[in-house]
This record gives sequence, structure tokens and C-alpha cells, in this order.
Amino acid sequence: MGAAVFTTRLPTSREDAASVDSVSRNRTERLVNLVICLLSTRRFLTAAQIAATVPGYEHNPESPKEHEAFQRKFERDKSELRDLGVPLETGSASAFDTEPGYRIARPEYELPDVLLEPDEAAAVGIAGRLWQHAGLSSAASSGLLKLRAAGVEVDPQATLGVEPVVMVDPTFSPLTGAAGDRQAVTFSYRPPEADEAMRRRLQPWGVVCWRGRWYVVGHDLDRDAARCFRLSRIVGEVRRVGKPGAFEVPDGINLIDYVAQWSGPSEHSGRAVVRLRHGRAAGVRRWADDVTPGEEGDLATVRYSCAERLAGWLVGYGADVVVLDPPEVREAIVELLRRNAERHPAPALPPARLEALRANLPRPLGVNGAEQAWSREVR
Amino acid sequence: MTASVDRLSRLLNLVPYLLGRPGIRVADAAADLGVTEDQLRDDLELLWVCGLPGYGPGDLIDMSFDGDSVTITYDAGIGRPLRLTPNEALALIVALRLLAETPGLPNRESVERALAKIESAAGDAADTAGRVAVRLPANTDRLADAQAALARGRALRITYYTAGRDETAQRVIDPMRVLFASGQAYLEAWCRRAEAVRMFRLDRIDAMTELEEPAAPPARAQPTDVRDGVFQPTPDLPLVTLRVGRQARWITEYYPCEQVTEEPDGRWLVSLRASDLRWARRLVLGQGLAVEAVGPPELVEAVGEEARAALSAYQ
Repeated sequence: MGAAVFTTRLPTSREDAASVDSVSRNRTERLVNLVICLLSTRRFLTAAQIAATVPGYEHNPESPKEHEAFQRKFERDKSELRDLGVPLETGSASAFDTEPGYRIARPEYELPDVLLEPDEAAAVGIAGRLWQHAGLSSAASSGLLKLRAAGVEVDPQATLGVEPVVMVDPTFSPLTGAAGDRQAVTFSYRPPEADEAMRRRLQPWGVVCWRGRWYVVGHDLDRDAARCFRLSRIVGEVRRVGKPGAFEVPDGINLIDYVAQWSGPSEHSGRAVVRLRHGRAAGVRRWADDVTPGEEGDLATVRYSCAERLAGWLVGYGADVVVLDPPEVREAIVELLRRNAERHPAPALPPARLEALRANLPRPLGVNGAEQAWSREVR
Repeated sequence: MTASVDRLSRLLNLVPYLLGRPGIRVADAAADLGVTEDQLRDDLELLWVCGLPGYGPGDLIDMSFDGDSVTITYDAGIGRPLRLTPNEALALIVALRLLAETPGLPNRESVERALAKIESAAGDAADTAGRVAVRLPANTDRLADAQAALARGRALRITYYTAGRDETAQRVIDPMRVLFASGQAYLEAWCRRAEAVRMFRLDRIDAMTELEEPAAPPARAQPTDVRDGVFQPTPDLPLVTLRVGRQARWITEYYPCEQVTEEPDGRWLVSLRASDLRWARRLVLGQGLAVEAVGPPELVEAVGEEARAALSAYQ
């Protein structure tokens, strides 16, 4: 914009807004009329017939420039209707016509009757508010609006007494979409122990929420085997590759079982006996099968599946816990303690300073009261 | 999506919405649909000039106004809402499945009936949602008790295990809500001992007694925003620095970290806020070779001292 001094009349921003407004208003009006027109016709209507009928497409078909402008406009309108989910059909207007024609099949367009009892409607209303993810939450609310337009009365205040808080990763929608279309995808995947993300190619069978985390399960094209991937470890975008309908999901596969199995065995067939200092190691006491009081300390029996994992959990209790049996757990914990002692040599600090540091050790909980849970305990 | 498409979807929905609610007050409809009254009037004006080809008086969408209320008298063939898109069906169906899976839900049966009806109304659009399976955790032993106490509005005395301090202690709490987040069930309550809102993991409540007195969380007790995880570190918590090997990198995925720096040998220097240094000590001890405590000095010292003290029992 030039300097105001040389300009006789600058449009005010209000006028700008008004003109943008009226363009978009005309456009919306044209699109509503287009939908009504294509819903009301049984015959396929060609672009020329539509131009001659629906207000907003008026132009001189003899003028190449005007005709081209119309075609661009019409193309854009068609794609916006498709984005909205309007089922636009194409076909021949007549046996003699080579021009494609258009119409909207009413049964494909209209939402069927949804007769919900009040309790069902309440459930749907709550479900619609569950998502914390912007994309899904707007999809849920526009879905709810359609249901309400179909006559469902949704109580916005309804609650159920329990609230699941649902968080999803950004790759949720693209992956479920590709799984629905049975189209392969490619993405960069980086588990924390890897230095760099690896490109993976997957035929996605489905997406699973297991213990609050999201996974995609499918056939890994490079490994030629079934694999599952955690959505939070996918870096960047998910791209579709190849054609839709390119694969079949194996019969009888249970996605949940697949992920559950992959996330590790949980059979606790081992038994370890540990000695606990009186009044300490509350976490071990809670998990123990039984605790018998003893003079030197209380004896507890603990079930486990993997000696290293049990040792990794028990070692956190430091000197409050001594493993008596079996030797595999005892050796594992001694090894862990030795390494920790080596790595953290006694500091060369004056005793008074050390006392001060120790006195400082207990600290209050976080402000919101949540505590860090060491969830890799041998549960 | 452009503004005009957004508006188009609103307009196509508006005719069936009003058709089913003859004589609705414009203000009520606007509030219900989440638009301003002016916006709704503008939408109605726009619809009024749309209709069937011919666009004569009998072809256009027609409506009658009676004071503040409106009735659609002719719908020009758009009297039904558009079908659900695959994304809308996905969002509603998966959310309903999550609800149906939520342990302790008092009216699961209504959710399941609603789910079946929505799936059937969505038709083909439900295919994508069919590729999603959900399973919430089952640590629900205490759930019924917690919900009952919440419903009766009583204060509770609980015996609670605090993993951070490895302590079991009694507290009197005023329950506020039960929720599921990050795969765990929690009771959120005002804790009279801490004089603050706390989230209690249900599987760590070892005993629960309902008191005679009513639950009375003070007005300043606000529900926690758990969208970014249940544990939200605050700057007043001690900052812990760890050197983390490959096998323990899961720490960065599991806990909110303030900083992660890669070192030339492939190890990571990680700093995070610990709710309690004893928690950090247990974390470091349990990782063996994979984690080394770097700071603060009292943590380094505590890890070494504890390991030496524990080792002496085996010698």
C-alpha cells in the first residue's frame, strides 16, 4: 500500500472486510443452490446445464476467457462439496452426450434416522466431548451437530461419574484412515534406544489403544513380518504409498492380543525371599505374597518373572532390602549395587557439608500432587 | 477448510435442525448451535434466497417468523442432514468405545446401545473406526468404592502408598472426581493434610473408610488439567541431571524432561524435575550401568552411599 499522502481514497479495512464477506457469501449461496439442484435431479446434469441453471455461474460460454473462469470455479466448487462429504456422482447425461454429468444420490447424502433414547443421547454427548485432540474434537462436534439436526437432543451437561481423558498422537488420523482404506504407509520411526529414525513401510491393519498408549499394528514390508509401532515414536508425517485396497487383514487377528503379547510377558512364576528392614520398604511389602516378622528384619516372599527386572526394582530400596534367595536374583542385585558404588564414589566433601546435604534430601511432593511412579516395577 | 465451506456445512445442517424444532426461539437455536444470534439471522437470510431451480416463490426455502421464533415451512429438499464423514464417525465411534471400555461406568449398557445405533447410522463411514481397538486398564478394585463415596458426597480416610517416598500414610480427603488418564485410574481430591488438590492412583489406595462428614473441597480446589500428563513438574522441584545410556533412554520418553543433550559417546545428558530426590535415587540405582547421577551433589552422594551400605549386607 502506498503512502496515504498520494492516495485520494484508501479503502478502509471495514470496506475490505465487507467485500471479502460478500464474495464468500455469494459463494456459499451458490454452493447451497448447487447442492439443492443436484439433489433434485434424477438425470445427470452437465456443467453447461448447471451453468445455465444455478445462479452464480452466469457467463458467456462463447468467450474462452469467461468459459475457462467458469470451469475453474466449478472444479473448485465440486472439490469443496467432496471435502464436505457430499456424495457427488458422475455419469453420462445421455447416450449421445460425451460430456460428464453430475448429480447427488439422495440415499447416499442423507443421514438415516437415528432414534436415540435419552440415556443413549447422553452417552453420545459425553463421547463427543472426550477428545483433547483438536482435529478429532472438531470432527466429533461436527458429527454431533448432524445428529442434533437429525432430531437427537444432546444434553451438554450430562456426566457419567467417570471421566476417561483421551489423548492421541497426531499420526492417529492418518494411520486409521490408511488402515480403513487398506493402503500401505511409510513413516520415520525412532524408538528411544535408536540413534536415528528409520524409514518403515507398513501395511496397517489397525490402531490400538492399550493401557493408555496408542499403537499401530500391521505387516512390516521390509521385515516381511507382523510388527507393532508406538504412535508417539513416529517422527514427522505418515505418507500413504501404493494403491488403496492393496492388502487384506489376516483373518481372525485380534489387534489387542497382538499388542498385549508384544508388550511383554507377565507370568510371575519365580519366588524370591527378601529381608526387609523393620518399618521400611513399604512398596515391597505391598507387592509381597506374605511378610513374616523376624528379629533381624521381616521376611517377605516376592513373585517375579525376570531376575534382572526384579533386582532392578529391589535395588531401589537400597539397604532396606536384602535378597536371600534365589542366587540368580542375589547375584543380579549385587552386580547392580557394585556398579552403582563404582560410578558414584564417595565425594571428597567435609563431613559438615555432607550432613547438610543429607538433611536436605527429603522433599515435598509436586504442586499438583501427582507423583512420579516408577511404572517399570515388576508388576 | 475454507470459511465458505465451513458455513456451507452449517447451513445444510440448519434447515433440518429447525425443521425438527418448529417455533424455536432464534436466541435458543443460536445458543444451542454455538453461533451468535446475528450470525444465525444472517444464515437464515442467506437460506431464504436459496432453493430449487426456477427460484420462484414456491421453489425457495421458506420460513415464517413469529416475534423471536422461527419455523421452516418449505425445505427445498434439504430437510435431512448430510451423512457423517469417516472422520466424524471415527471420532464419535472410537470415543463411545473408550467410554464403553471405561471400568466402573454405571450405565455401560446405554453406551453400548448408542454405539450400535451410531455405527449403523454411519454406514460405510464407520469402516475406518472399525480398524481401531481400545482396551483400558483393569486396576479397578477400588473403583466402585471411590465412585460410591463420590456419589454420596462423603469425605474419606484413605491409607495411601506414595511411591515417590516409598511410604504408606493415612490422609483425610474430599473427593472431587474419578478419572482415567495415561492408562491409570485416579481419584482426584482435596487432601486435608497437604491442603492442596492431589491425584490418588486407585491401585495405591490400600484402605478406604467413608466418614460421616460431607466432602467439602474449598472453593480454591480446581480440577487438574491433565492434558499434558498427570505429573506436571513445577520449577520449585529439584532439578536432577543424569547421564543416560542407550538402554535407559526410555526415561526421556516416560518422564517430562527439561533438557536432553547428546554426548559424543552416544550417551545423553538428561535433566528432569523429580518430585522427590529419594525417587530419583531409586531410579538411578535400578538402572545399573545405564544411568549415572550427575547432579545435584546430594543425589550423587546418596546413590553411592546407599549402594555401599546395601553391598555390605552381602559381604
